[in-house]
Amino acid sequence: MNPNYYVILAGVLFAIGIVGFLVRKNALVLFMSVELMLNACNLLLVSFSRVHGNLDGQVASFFVMVVAAAEVVVGLSIIVMIYRARHSASVDNENLLRY
Amino acid sequence: MTALLVPLVTGEAVAYWICAPIMVLAALGMVLFRKAVYSALSLALVMVNLAIIYASQDAPFLFVVQIIVYTGAVMMLFLFVVMLVGVDTRESLVEKIKGHTVASVLAAVGAFILLAATVGGSLVTGAVGVGAANTTYGGNVQGLAALLFGKYVFAFEATAALLITAAVGAMVLAHGERLAPKLDQKARARMRIEDYVTKGIHPGPRPSSGVYARHNSITAPALLPDGTVAQDSVSSVLVQRSGMADPESLGAPTKKAFAALETAQGADEEEL
Amino acid sequence: MTLLEGLTPVAPTGLFPLAWLMIAIPLVSAGLLLVLGKVANSFGHYVATLAPIASFVVAVALFADLLGRPEAQRAVSVPLYTWIKTGSWTIDVGLLIDPLSILFALLVTGVGSLIHVYSIGYMAHDPGRRRFFAYLNLFIAAMLVLVLSNNYAVLFVGWEGVGLASYLLISFWQHKPTAATAGKKAFVVNRVGDLGMTMAIFTMLAMFGSSSFEAVNAGASKMSPFWVTLLGLLLLLGACGKSAQVPLQSWLLDAMEGPTPVSALIHAATMVTAGVYLVVRSHAVYAETSAAALAVAIVGTVTLLAGAWIGTSKDDIKKVLAGSTMSQIGYMMLAAGIGPVAYPFAIFHLLTHGFFKANMFLGAGSVMHGMNDDVNMRHYGGLSKVMPITYYTFLMGYLAIIGTPFFSGFYSKDSIIESAYEQQPVLGALALIAAGITAFYMTRLMFMTFWSRKRWQEGVHPHESPAVMWVPLVLLAIPSVVAGMVMNAWIGSWLAPAVNGEVPPNATWLPHITVIGVITLAVVILGVVVAWLVFGRTSIPESVPYTRNVFTIAGRHDLYGDAFNEAVFMRPGEALTRGIVAVDTGVVDGAVRGSGALTVGLGGGLRKLQNGYVRSYGLTMVVGVIVVGLALVIGRLV
Repeated sequence: MNPNYYVILAGVLFAIGIVGFLVRKNALVLFMSVELMLNACNLLLVSFSRVHGNLDGQVASFFVMVVAAAEVVVGLSIIVMIYRARHSASVDNENLLRY
Repeated sequence: MTALLVPLVTGEAVAYWICAPIMVLAALGMVLFRKAVYSALSLALVMVNLAIIYASQDAPFLFVVQIIVYTGAVMMLFLFVVMLVGVDTRESLVEKIKGHTVASVLAAVGAFILLAATVGGSLVTGAVGVGAANTTYGGNVQGLAALLFGKYVFAFEATAALLITAAVGAMVLAHGERLAPKLDQKARARMRIEDYVTKGIHPGPRPSSGVYARHNSITAPALLPDGTVAQDSVSSVLVQRSGMADPESLGAPTKKAFAALETAQGADEEEL
Repeated sequence: MTLLEGLTPVAPTGLFPLAWLMIAIPLVSAGLLLVLGKVANSFGHYVATLAPIASFVVAVALFADLLGRPEAQRAVSVPLYTWIKTGSWTIDVGLLIDPLSILFALLVTGVGSLIHVYSIGYMAHDPGRRRFFAYLNLFIAAMLVLVLSNNYAVLFVGWEGVGLASYLLISFWQHKPTAATAGKKAFVVNRVGDLGMTMAIFTMLAMFGSSSFEAVNAGASKMSPFWVTLLGLLLLLGACGKSAQVPLQSWLLDAMEGPTPVSALIHAATMVTAGVYLVVRSHAVYAETSAAALAVAIVGTVTLLAGAWIGTSKDDIKKVLAGSTMSQIGYMMLAAGIGPVAYPFAIFHLLTHGFFKANMFLGAGSVMHGMNDDVNMRHYGGLSKVMPITYYTFLMGYLAIIGTPFFSGFYSKDSIIESAYEQQPVLGALALIAAGITAFYMTRLMFMTFWSRKRWQEGVHPHESPAVMWVPLVLLAIPSVVAGMVMNAWIGSWLAPAVNGEVPPNATWLPHITVIGVITLAVVILGVVVAWLVFGRTSIPESVPYTRNVFTIAGRHDLYGDAFNEAVFMRPGEALTRGIVAVDTGVVDGAVRGSGALTVGLGGGLRKLQNGYVRSYGLTMVVGVIVVGLALVIGRLV
């Protein structure tokens, strides 16, 4: 199968992730968009490991997963704390650093 | 005959062409659903499909890890937090920043083009396939392990440290347990009286500063019934800084006025 | 007639090394009076009067020495010090005492001393008297620098010095706006002439490497025709400015705002003749270019007619005399432009004019003194009985100027008209006609001031002036009468070697009878008769009469000289200034302010990026990533 198809698919997922990150106001959905982008990168890594014929890409993908998990842990606890303080999970509320 | 029945497409292609549309639709759904729970579930669907594609690309270990770690742990974590934060909240779709949606879509399209052009354009040859790599060490998992503990062992150690730090940090951040029972009003009142009995700290409020005929400064002390100064009436900080005002001089105008009144009264009485 | 080479200067001997005293004494006196301030108020004018008298004594001594020398040794060069020495140019400060410059020195110091004495009386009641005398001394010093220097650069120093003194003295009564404006006008118009002078000096420096008279005299014959003509025209421009010739004549009539001694000294006898001195000194240049010489002659002719025209229509006695000055200098310029044959006549007329014009100006001052400083001749009348000394001295000057036989003006002016008619008949004819007009307006002045019945205003009691004022009048009237007879025989041969001129033949004290001379006399008598018919027989109106005579109207408006200057130079200049100011505020200031406004606007626009929303910043980040990626790809780094 032509690896280009996977590149296109990963690109589409990445772009959708970007749109979601920029458009949604709920902090959690923002975070989920970031996860989507990470997954798209994972897909690319795996596809290219297949192209090159070695497992380095898969190892990298593994590491990405681990780091993403750690990041989710910390990020979600922060969101929880923010929610406890402000009783709202909208990122638009923190707009005090404006002109 | 048998040749005719052999399918001309590989399983990988089938997997791709089934999973890819579902993935794209689910991703779009994640972005567009107004309820956070729906978004989370859509993302989970994307991840499962991704796992299938990994499997079709001769990465069985990743297939399993994707489902267990990513979908099973990370997405469930998301769902827990969504339910904590507000499972029923419907996000409004009104965009307050002007032109932001159009700009975001354009940016995304730009990123896609960049990615596709550069990454896709760099592919010169076709896929080699990891079949050979998989059998080097007798299996995909063994091959990954060899790399992980061989070439990338330092990265592995660092990532492990990262995980521990993240877990500890999450615990610290989210921990909200009380270590002691919360004091209610009754308990507090009892504490106050106990302090008065044992330490002599007065349970009531402190006396306020004195008010004189021509001065109401907070450095003016209040006088006790016997004429001495009440030490608690002026803040200790003020006492240290500028000292207490002298009650004699503060009360002098009043005394003078009274004296004048008395002489006048005496004069009046004499007249009478 | 023999053409002689110019005199080669000899080294100074005898009294000549002290010639610089002539300049130093008045200069030091001026400085002293200005520096000492009020302390010198009581004695300053006496010190200042002694200074030009001392210079006159030195000048007489030097003149006597020169008279005793043989003709070839009459030019003495007195080098003083080196002023500028750069590269190939050297400008030394030095004096050249030769027949021409000693005559000028005598005129300046002699007439100057008499006018100083006169001013003691005239300015007796003026609080700024000390300052006045200081400026007068400054003028004497600068004028002497001008006539005694041996190169054009130092001459220019004196040139500028007299311009400064003229400005200071015209606007002496600074509180009067008219006086201040007149001073400025004189200075500015002179500046135009100075432009010509400086360009001429630059040309000399470029061509000869030096501006000394010797270098120019030697090098003039080697210049190309274009350059020598240009040099002549530039010198003419300078001379026009200083001598109030057309087209730079507008300042002279306004300069009468100054005190009368100033008008007498500066604007009659000495400063305005500096232009003639310049032209005659540059005889070597004008000998090479007939075009420039003709230009000089034409300028002189136009001016002598214009001055006479203006003089016929003015009611201010000083302005009539100023117009007359302009006209007589026109005669001198005409003579200088005619060529070597008339150079001596130009200087001769300059000297006689110095005497009779100063005489008449001082007489006018005396009249004004007696009439409470009123200058309007329509308020005069019948003064011959009341101020006899003034009247008789003025009469001498009047007879001299109109060219009465045996009086000084007759010899000089007639010689000019004759030689002009010989060389350029048209110009000669015009000069002849102007002689008649001169007679006309001078007779008009005499009628209006001295001979008609009284038209005095209320409270005016004319009386004779004090001795300190009429003694100089008498001392000036004597040369007005006899100077012509005395000098006619001698001045041609005296001056000719110095200016490369031709010795006029048959020069004696007797008048030289020629056809032109007789016609001139007839025209003069005609002018006097016409004036008697117009002004003598009918009474003179006390206020300016309405007239439809275009000539009179033009004369009253100074031949529209001011209007012309205003229209051609002032208004376009003003418009240009306004345009430049507009460009400055609009373009230059606008650019500066615009760049400031641009920065402010840009800042105001850019700060809207900081709207506090995380998602906007996220968008900025994504865009940045795309840009960086593009840069990497295009730079072939990826």
